[in-house]
Amino acid sequence: MDRIFTSQEQELVRLLQDDIPITAAPFAEIGSAVGMSEGEVVAKVKEWLADGTIRRFGAMVRHQRLGYKANAMSAWDVPDERAEEVGSVLADAGEVSHCYQRPRAEGWNYNLFAMIHAATPEECHEVAAVLAGKIGIEDYELLFSSREFKKISMTYFVEQD
Amino acid sequence: MDSTDKKIVTLIQAGFPVSARPYAEIGDKIGIGEDEVIERIKGTKESGEIRRMGASFDSRKLGYSSTLCAVHVPPEKLEEAVEVVNSYINVTHNYERNHHYNMWFTCIAPSRERISEILNEMEKRAGIGPIINLPAERLFKIQVDLPVIDG
Repeated sequence: MDRIFTSQEQELVRLLQDDIPITAAPFAEIGSAVGMSEGEVVAKVKEWLADGTIRRFGAMVRHQRLGYKANAMSAWDVPDERAEEVGSVLADAGEVSHCYQRPRAEGWNYNLFAMIHAATPEECHEVAAVLAGKIGIEDYELLFSSREFKKISMTYFVEQD
Repeated sequence: MDSTDKKIVTLIQAGFPVSARPYAEIGDKIGIGEDEVIERIKGTKESGEIRRMGASFDSRKLGYSSTLCAVHVPPEKLEEAVEVVNSYINVTHNYERNHHYNMWFTCIAPSRERISEILNEMEKRAGIGPIINLPAERLFKIQVDLPVIDG
């Protein structure tokens, strides 16, 4: 995990996390900016895709997924010894995009989180009710976002971080 | 966007070709020339349909730590709290949610220690807190092809 990224690799990350050029040979252009050949850049991007360093490489589109207008952060209070089993069941649901176990905190007793996507808030509640029945846990809440204050992509390897 | 634009966007959302002439490759798949692909992608970028075209990195693989944070902010402090929290490049998502903990944001930094420092600083600067820090202990699912959350 403590992999060292060379300064050249860090420079490549900085360029790839931004917009790639819309010109005939974009990887050659990126390569000349970081001192690598086109072939080296292509090989490095493929390596990073294969080992998961790059999660996704492509266009990020502005609109939300068609037909999925509502999303809810569901939070569940699950006995620690059941967390792994219950987490897998929640993650299996097609309406769930993200699922994590997190620590509890002061005033926050929920340890499992699942993002639910559906057409309406009511449908999110229905999905959660079905999941609750499946896992036999009734202690949960749905948190809907009423306002988006910020949504950006992370920029890595910059001075200020 | 016409149907050809939509075909292109669908293709490059799933995966942009990593090769010497990616736009030619896209053109071959849908039966148009490289130049037309380039012009059309420039158009969808300018109109804002495509927000960004590039790589999404896994913060852990780059050696970064990430966490989800929540804090109760009274209404009279909300505007200032949003300004302070959003001022950090480490914060990529920040939402108001219907709970006593009404502000939820993500924080990504080179180390856990740096995250603690940032959260302490936010509490002081915005006069809010305590901020609860909920780093993932176990990951069950990240559906990466969903453009809804781009972290």
